[in-house]
Amino acid sequence: MATQPQDIQELMRRREYSAGFVTSIESDTIAPGLSEDVIRLISARKQEPEWLLEFRLKAYRRWLKMEQPKWAQVHYPPIDYQAISYYSQPKSHKDGPKSLDEVDPKLLETYKKLGIPLKEQEMLAGVAMDVVFDSVSVATTFKKKLGEAGVIFCPISEAVHEHPDLVRKYLGSVVPFGDNFYAALNSAVFTDGSFVFIPKGVRCPMELSTYFRINERNTGQFERTLIIAEEGAYVSYLEGCTAPQRDENQLHAAVVELVTLDDAQIKYSTVQNWYPGDEEGRGGIYNFVTKRGDCRGRRSKISWTQVETGSAITWKYPSCILRGDDSVGEFYSVALTHHRQQADTGTKMIHVGKNTRSTIVSKGISAGHGQQSYRGLVRVLESAENARNHTQCDSLLIGDRCGAHTFPYTEVRNPSARLEHEATTSKIAEDQLYYCRTRGIAEEEAVSMIVNGFCKDVFKELPMEFAVEAGKLLAVSLEGAVG
Amino acid sequence: MLEVKGLHATVDGKEILKGLDLVVRAGEVHAIMGPNGSGKSTLSHVIAGREGYTASAGTVLFDGRDLLELEPEVRACEGIFLGFQYPVEIPGVSNLTLLKAALNARRKHRGLPEIEATDFLAWVRDRARLVKIDPKMLSRGVNEGFSGGEKKRNEILQMLILEPRLMILDETDSGLDIDALKIVADGINTLRSPERATILVTHYQRLLDYVRPDHVHVLAGGRIVRSGGPELALELEQKGYAWLEAA
Repeated sequence: MATQPQDIQELMRRREYSAGFVTSIESDTIAPGLSEDVIRLISARKQEPEWLLEFRLKAYRRWLKMEQPKWAQVHYPPIDYQAISYYSQPKSHKDGPKSLDEVDPKLLETYKKLGIPLKEQEMLAGVAMDVVFDSVSVATTFKKKLGEAGVIFCPISEAVHEHPDLVRKYLGSVVPFGDNFYAALNSAVFTDGSFVFIPKGVRCPMELSTYFRINERNTGQFERTLIIAEEGAYVSYLEGCTAPQRDENQLHAAVVELVTLDDAQIKYSTVQNWYPGDEEGRGGIYNFVTKRGDCRGRRSKISWTQVETGSAITWKYPSCILRGDDSVGEFYSVALTHHRQQADTGTKMIHVGKNTRSTIVSKGISAGHGQQSYRGLVRVLESAENARNHTQCDSLLIGDRCGAHTFPYTEVRNPSARLEHEATTSKIAEDQLYYCRTRGIAEEEAVSMIVNGFCKDVFKELPMEFAVEAGKLLAVSLEGAVG
Repeated sequence: MLEVKGLHATVDGKEILKGLDLVVRAGEVHAIMGPNGSGKSTLSHVIAGREGYTASAGTVLFDGRDLLELEPEVRACEGIFLGFQYPVEIPGVSNLTLLKAALNARRKHRGLPEIEATDFLAWVRDRARLVKIDPKMLSRGVNEGFSGGEKKRNEILQMLILEPRLMILDETDSGLDIDALKIVADGINTLRSPERATILVTHYQRLLDYVRPDHVHVLAGGRIVRSGGPELALELEQKGYAWLEAA
């Protein structure tokens, strides 16, 4: 891990200063740079059908004409897209650390604080494991159980071959290939991600988690996830490691598409804790993600719950298109920025169908020099008779060098719509901390207690074990925020 | 137990305490009275360790140890409790969460394991009865939406649950009706024991009708200008403070 470039600038610098770098790349990585040839090469390596190559090329051609969005409240040096390698096989075991002794002790310290079991720590840190009895058996039982229910859960590259009709029907149907700069880039070069299909009337017998998938294969920097819930189906999907994960890939531009048909429901939970960079803002992931759900069917429902504590920059707006009559969209978010982290995050709720309802609960926490913006759009189209939205948007500041900003947008074209917006900004007051301390509670514990209280409305939407870990994660992420 | 010697203290650069001496022994109840701005609250906060309340000279010993060196949370774990004049609201953090964290911090300090959830709830329920607080209220945010009287009773409840050795109550009696005052006094008397000591900071005699002090001190101009027995409080009630301030 130590031999991997730490950030994009570093990547660029290396390229500048060591000409030999490109040629010395191992055979499982395509040389940096992006062109139609590179895309053809990716597609060929993955033995993809012609239609998918066309999809990629169309996206690429559109991307070339697009510009990096500038409206977000985030600042970073220009990214050289030609300096990035767009295809890299998972590191072979011999490249990874041989044991936990070789892993950054700071990282292990964090794992320990989160109470992550040893085996799991090894997996998260990318330690080579030849035999892991537990996860192999778990993976097998869970595959059998899902198979019996008719649920498909596999890498999207596998789904392209095994279930081509489904993938072709839905891929790009929620986030079109030219939707935005990063989505276009993802459509052109995505390497892998998850595919989930829940057939009509099936309630997925277990919560699906990328955890199981990571066992099989590392997910790339341009993940593509597609989840389809047919009529009356239900699935709860958990994404992301709850442990801090240092990723060698610094630009992360994922696309997630969700589709619900009549009476179907998808609950999508994320705990994102990519490497946030150090105290001075060196390194860290640029997380530019497009997530969108399409409530295509009547009475269908999509809930996004996210806890975002990592990444140097987060640019992310999980959205719902409420197309079906009586459909429901929800967005529950906790975003934390510490040190030099920047986040511009929020949601879009597009009301198309009649009696559609949406709820937005956003909790932003800023500490250190962290900067955070909530950006949310509620759009009610003419067709959306009796649309309802409730937005609650709260910011909590710790210290006096951080910032919180709110950009709520509303566009209402139907007079029957009812929208409510509540927003608060508060500080963890010195007298609150003092009060806790006079009760015997140390300052950091008091901060974490107050922050957890602030996030309660969102945490209760997370599956239980996730909620506990999310709480711990906030505490770890806020270490040193006061005093 | 507590020994304050020649204490000078500043708040925002302004000297408030100007050479204060006070000795509180285990088992004693001391009442500190005095006009507004005489330094009563400052003394409470210097003992509790509030930031910005700086001792510029003198010493404060607790069980013979230099108290001023300790962080506020350590002082609390050592057995000091400050009941606030204006209890703070912490929205979203339930009273139970705060109490459990406080109780466990003390236990950890003494090398004890965390309290069992069922023992904790039973203990809280038992104590809540004493101050007539509905245990359901304890699931709400700390002091969130509590009336003035409820906040004060909640302070006493916290004290009853944490069982400190030195209780400092900063005008806990102000703004209370007679029923609430009795409840607060009952709470204080429940904990009164030969091992514990109490400092009551108050303006009025009426709390002292229910909690009989061993010593009464008058604080004026940052110093204790007069000390006596319970009869001093009655005298103050009649004469006011002016005659002492002039002295």
